[in-house]
Amino acid sequence: MGEGIKVEKLNAWFGKTQALYDITMEASANHATAIIGPSGCGKSTFVRCLNRMHETVPDARATGTVRIGDLSVYNGTAAVQIRRRIGMVFQKPNPFPTMSIYDNVAAGLKLNGFNDRKRLAEIVERSLKLSALWDEVKDQMHKKSGASLSGGQQQRLCIARALAVEPEVLLMDEPCSALDPISTGKIEELIFQLKERFTIVIVTHNMQQASRVAEFTGFFLLGKLIEFDKTEKIFTNPSDKRTEDYITGRFG
Amino acid sequence: MRSRFQQGLEELRARLLRMGGLAEQAVDRACQAYIDRDLARCHAVLEGETLINATEREIDELAFDLLAMQQPMAVDLRFILAVTKINSDLERVGDQAVNIAERVMDLVELPKAELPVDIPRMAAAVAAMVRRSLESFIEGKAELAQAVLEMDNVVDRMKDEAFITLVKAMNEHPEVTRQALDALLVARNLERVADHATNIAEDVIFWVRGADVRHNVNQELPSRQEIADSH
Repeated sequence: MGEGIKVEKLNAWFGKTQALYDITMEASANHATAIIGPSGCGKSTFVRCLNRMHETVPDARATGTVRIGDLSVYNGTAAVQIRRRIGMVFQKPNPFPTMSIYDNVAAGLKLNGFNDRKRLAEIVERSLKLSALWDEVKDQMHKKSGASLSGGQQQRLCIARALAVEPEVLLMDEPCSALDPISTGKIEELIFQLKERFTIVIVTHNMQQASRVAEFTGFFLLGKLIEFDKTEKIFTNPSDKRTEDYITGRFG
Repeated sequence: MRSRFQQGLEELRARLLRMGGLAEQAVDRACQAYIDRDLARCHAVLEGETLINATEREIDELAFDLLAMQQPMAVDLRFILAVTKINSDLERVGDQAVNIAERVMDLVELPKAELPVDIPRMAAAVAAMVRRSLESFIEGKAELAQAVLEMDNVVDRMKDEAFITLVKAMNEHPEVTRQALDALLVARNLERVADHATNIAEDVIFWVRGADVRHNVNQELPSRQEIADSH
């Protein structure tokens, strides 16, 4: 089952430039939370801070508290361990091009020293089924490379890869931006199903997508969390005028 | 803001105001026809019905297109939904004007009778409600709409009083039964127009505040903060 993520007074910098200001919010367990806002508002920075991907950028730093269950993300736990519990899928599908479909899904486990072949095969199958890709690739997953799949299939492969290490939270940074409408529909349907087992945080610039997949939505602007509420409230009667101006297209 | 969408919203607003004008005019004509026993005005009301119906369809079509093509959110979504509902109420106001005109056409065939009911006073109160509800839409002001809700009780009492006095008149003076019955139906038609004005006011409040105040006439208008807290 998924765990919720609690964020308290999260601040982030790139060098001397502050990108996030005192973000406090909670992504509820087994729900999808959408993060929306105009370009440069800090959406992706925020999400990357949740699993310390932010640290991969030189001179980047963050302060504040991020907790997943009883684990504090910023208390000295190794980043690799954090990212095992908080997986991530990116805008551009990025399967390992030289690996087979099977090896792509198994990569995370193998890197962690997992070598039980029978159990590994079970996990790969389960992960590909969870990401609704199993039926399409089961007969060729050892022979075909991950890069040979279509864009939508590659993204589902990346989701399977993230799910294989059994995270509690799945972060998705504009996962459908590079996909056609049919593939987007399949990913959205998948998000709906994955919520039963995982907690999802999805960054999207597509407000209609946020309204379709997420129970909660946070609106960011200039590095601040302006409003956080149930999605239906945000999109029918937001409390803050800046939120309303953004979602009605008056700016952004 | 998306310019095509903005133009669409302004077009929708303009058409609804035109619809409001047609409906208001229909009721005014019908009521004046009652006062003056004027058949020509009655015919004008009946002829105007076609334009009201056509305008209703145009407005619904434009609203539907905007919903489908522009995916409006929040205040814009509420505005379009409110327009479709107000549109429907204004068409019904036109229908009530036709009903009044038909009663007048019947009355004109009958001897003039002095009836213990002040239809012109009731008509003036109802016309004020319709006008005020349309003003609240033009101004986008929930407070103006709230005032319309409070006026409905007055018209309801007028109708109830008309019912009592006209039934009494029918009992005491059977020779004016048909005239009294026509007047009673006109009072009922006017009360229905007032109800539609109330509906319009409620839809304006929904648009402006995001609050559903239907069936809560006697409660205070919730502020935006109260609506936010309730979620």
